[in-house]
Amino acid sequence: MTNHWIDIRNSDCVLVMGSNAASNHPISMKWVMKAKEKGATLISVDPRFTQTSAVADFYTALRSGTDIAFLGGMIKYILDKEKYFKDYVVNYTNAAYILGDKYEFKDGLFAGYDKDKRSYNKDTWAYKKDAKGNPEKDPTLQNPKCVLQAMKAHYARYTPEMVSKVTGTPVEDLLKVYEMYSATGVKDKTGTILYAMGWTQHTVGVQNIRAMSMIQLLCGNMGMAGGGVNALRGESNVQGSTDHALLFHILPGYLKPMLAGQNLEAYLKSGTPTCPDPRSVNWWSNFPKYAVSFLKTFFGDKATKENEYGFAWLPKLDPGQNCSWLNLFDSMYAGKIKGFFAWGMNPACSSANANKVRQGLAKLDWLVNVNVFDNETGSFWKGPGMDPKKIKTEVFMLPAAASVEKEGSISNSGRLAQWRYKAGNPPGDAKPDGDIMLVLMNKIKDLYKKDKAAKFSDPIVNLKWDFADAKGHFDPHMAAKEINGYFLADKTLKDPTGKELQFKKGDLVPSFLYLQNDGTTSSGNWLYCASYTKAGNMMARRKKDDPTGLGLYSEWAWAWPVNRRIIYNRASVDLEGKPWDPKRAVVKWEGGKWVGDVPDGPAPPMGDKEKGKYPFIMKPDGLGSLFGPGLNDGPFPEHYEPLECPVPENAFSKQLINPTTKIFKGDMDKYLTCDPRFPFVGTTYRVTEHWQTGCLTRWQPWLIEAQPQLFVEMSQELAKLRNIKNGEKVKVSTVRGEVTCVAMVTDRFRPFKLGDLTVHEVGLPYCFGWITPKEGGESANLLTPNVGDPNTMIPESKAFMVNVEKA
Amino acid sequence: MAEGYSILVDTSKCTACRGCQIACKQWNQLPGTETKNLGTYQNPQDLSAETWKLVRYAEGSGTNGKAYWRFFSEQCRHCISPGCMGEVSAEEIIQDEKTGAVVFTDKTKKLDFKGVKEGCPYNIPRQDAKTKQMFKCTMCFDRISNGMIPACVKSCPTGTMQFGERDKILAAAKKRVEELKKSYPKAAALNADDVRVIYIVVDDPKIYHKYAAGKS
Repeated sequence: MTNHWIDIRNSDCVLVMGSNAASNHPISMKWVMKAKEKGATLISVDPRFTQTSAVADFYTALRSGTDIAFLGGMIKYILDKEKYFKDYVVNYTNAAYILGDKYEFKDGLFAGYDKDKRSYNKDTWAYKKDAKGNPEKDPTLQNPKCVLQAMKAHYARYTPEMVSKVTGTPVEDLLKVYEMYSATGVKDKTGTILYAMGWTQHTVGVQNIRAMSMIQLLCGNMGMAGGGVNALRGESNVQGSTDHALLFHILPGYLKPMLAGQNLEAYLKSGTPTCPDPRSVNWWSNFPKYAVSFLKTFFGDKATKENEYGFAWLPKLDPGQNCSWLNLFDSMYAGKIKGFFAWGMNPACSSANANKVRQGLAKLDWLVNVNVFDNETGSFWKGPGMDPKKIKTEVFMLPAAASVEKEGSISNSGRLAQWRYKAGNPPGDAKPDGDIMLVLMNKIKDLYKKDKAAKFSDPIVNLKWDFADAKGHFDPHMAAKEINGYFLADKTLKDPTGKELQFKKGDLVPSFLYLQNDGTTSSGNWLYCASYTKAGNMMARRKKDDPTGLGLYSEWAWAWPVNRRIIYNRASVDLEGKPWDPKRAVVKWEGGKWVGDVPDGPAPPMGDKEKGKYPFIMKPDGLGSLFGPGLNDGPFPEHYEPLECPVPENAFSKQLINPTTKIFKGDMDKYLTCDPRFPFVGTTYRVTEHWQTGCLTRWQPWLIEAQPQLFVEMSQELAKLRNIKNGEKVKVSTVRGEVTCVAMVTDRFRPFKLGDLTVHEVGLPYCFGWITPKEGGESANLLTPNVGDPNTMIPESKAFMVNVEKA
Repeated sequence: MAEGYSILVDTSKCTACRGCQIACKQWNQLPGTETKNLGTYQNPQDLSAETWKLVRYAEGSGTNGKAYWRFFSEQCRHCISPGCMGEVSAEEIIQDEKTGAVVFTDKTKKLDFKGVKEGCPYNIPRQDAKTKQMFKCTMCFDRISNGMIPACVKSCPTGTMQFGERDKILAAAKKRVEELKKSYPKAAALNADDVRVIYIVVDDPKIYHKYAAGKS
């Protein structure tokens, strides 16, 4: 979230799309209801009428996988009717930039496409530059090659009629949503978007969110209270785990990955963008400080200037290597991976095309399953269709403590890191994850130390590994302090006002402003620098003061970065630093300083011609990107059909699917589009009662009582077509697999009218699995395709083609 | 007897998260019963000796052709003049003077179940088939007598449920109905003068549940 949970209450218009917030994030509705009490409008857009739709002021449906068409239509509406917030767009976004001569978009393809590589040469998307290297601008926004005009041209095709033909949403409903939402494109109204996996799990997942981000920039909703782009995270600490580099393409704090062939200098250069415009803060120019401090946390005293702070000891990606989930399990299935830790996850049920994962697990030498309960992953060898005699994989189960049986921090969707305390000891041999890691790594280090013939033991032997308390248990406070970072030498530094500050070796670093690139500071994650300081554990704070009245609660726990509660907040004021809307003043420039939330940097507002800075400090050029030349699949979101879709042609262009999507071609990678055997759109989702694959919740009698069995929701019309009655057993199948489940025939799903074509859609929750309960049914991910977004490789679990018939 | 406490259930804010249903089971240590999916999210299918709070789901299409999904988090209404008490003596069913909670004791096993059930306009009382003891919501009598709010109210994330002194809850109900009437002309607080658990609905109560507003 750029904003945070409580902030939803400040909104005038809450759009829930790509999410079913009421079911999957029940607490979100506390704040939505507070906004509604003050007159806000709640809009729910979803293929199915959900628990969120049930309390919405307006609901409409769209076919799964057509969000960009829907949102592209909104962009066109906003531009045509000039509903955008002009002062904001001109000053705070790249709307005025002039595109280079090579840029073009023709019949679904952007310039620079290489058909064989299924990728773009992004150099063709560069701006036209002036002599200093800055993009040329036209603040009147009239130049036909400026970003705003290019957007207008791009989305000219997205008429309500065309959009309706693709999405199946009635034209009048489209116009109603466009009208309600674009009403926030004025300075004293804000709109917010609550999205989740309904937007990300598509082959156009990132561009779905880009499209909405563009709308938020056009409406001037970024940085505003009650605005922002807000991802509802599906696990309580998934924000924290992402911050600390759970994903494959980053290091902690979103630092760039290290590549084979780089030395430290080349690595630091790769992560340090340049901007010739002195008015851009270009925050990532600090990258070397964060990267070197990170290496010092890893290797401590062993990291020296001479050995490039141990840079050579960390693993590197080969050129072009992508270690995402789908590729990882593809390698496992190909027998290239020998051992696997499934730590706090259940890929045998959570992964798209779960059958391929289950077969992949059978090719391992060993599997360590760390979890609170047994699950379909740890017991895959005795699952359906498996012959234990033929499986060589040795499986170890390490019982883990549950969240309430250990102490530590947890970072929620609003980037708020809150300290939690232990309520009780874990049962039996169960241990907190930290203890399991501690024991494991101590043992590995010993083995490497003892084995004189061990190859390349430096990274293991030199790893700084001192997280144990006096009794040898993992100490979360020691880890939290390492994450924050220490001074490793006495240091005299200046604060932003020029005042001299003295730091001693061993002091905690008060904020990332003071991190160094010379090995004199450490920080495990620069974004969390300031979370645990001399003043104590900031994450454990519990003060309830709220001076702005906006629900920032700045002394309740701690938010990254530097306790900023609403990021990009300098875009919430005009050029003189006066809030666009005084009723929701997140920050304001008063008497030569910022008052309110922690601002995005101390520099004065842009009206100060000498020292003023642009508001979007994390972007190299300081402006919000309406044109986004960094993504793999294009600078503007464009509608492409899901890999499996019900239409033979894309109404918008000749490119049926995302031209940059990677297609796996192994024997278990099957896809069928527009095939009469699988005529219906399928999608997956969650229910309130079960968490993710249900591997924690399916053991709880009260929850399994409330939601006991796999079901498939379908329209009355489809049920009639297939002669299916409500409550009957049915079989849902794709080319990859099938599940048996209970039919839930409902008015809440309706057939989509795409011109003359009627398309039916069904949906299933993915929270069940064979291990328990006995009659519960299997994972809906046996159905889903292992194809991913070209930027993130997140699987397209939200739109695929199925058949439904009586079981 | 018109003082004491009340619970407001503003169904216009309910999202059927079922926190209340589970919290009731947890606090009262009621078992999870074996259920099947019968083509609805609702489960268990009905109140029982082991289920005293149940979110009922009602769906369909309105006269405008649009889908609706109404959630009704049902429990005992704790009537001001409880029909279930009828002629029974005070030791089988207690109406607590201070709180207004109507509580079935273990002595209900001596009562005629049919009579008690028929006395209730909302079809709430249930009987354990073996022991013949009767069960229903206690308004968390044990909690509210010790300064805590009922478990269901405590668990509610959306503000659907509120607990408090009866006059304050009545005032809140009246205010909320007035607000809702602007968008929903059928908005009403059901039988507010007669019950302690007051439901606010925005549609015909029968759409939510057959006995939402009583048997009549």
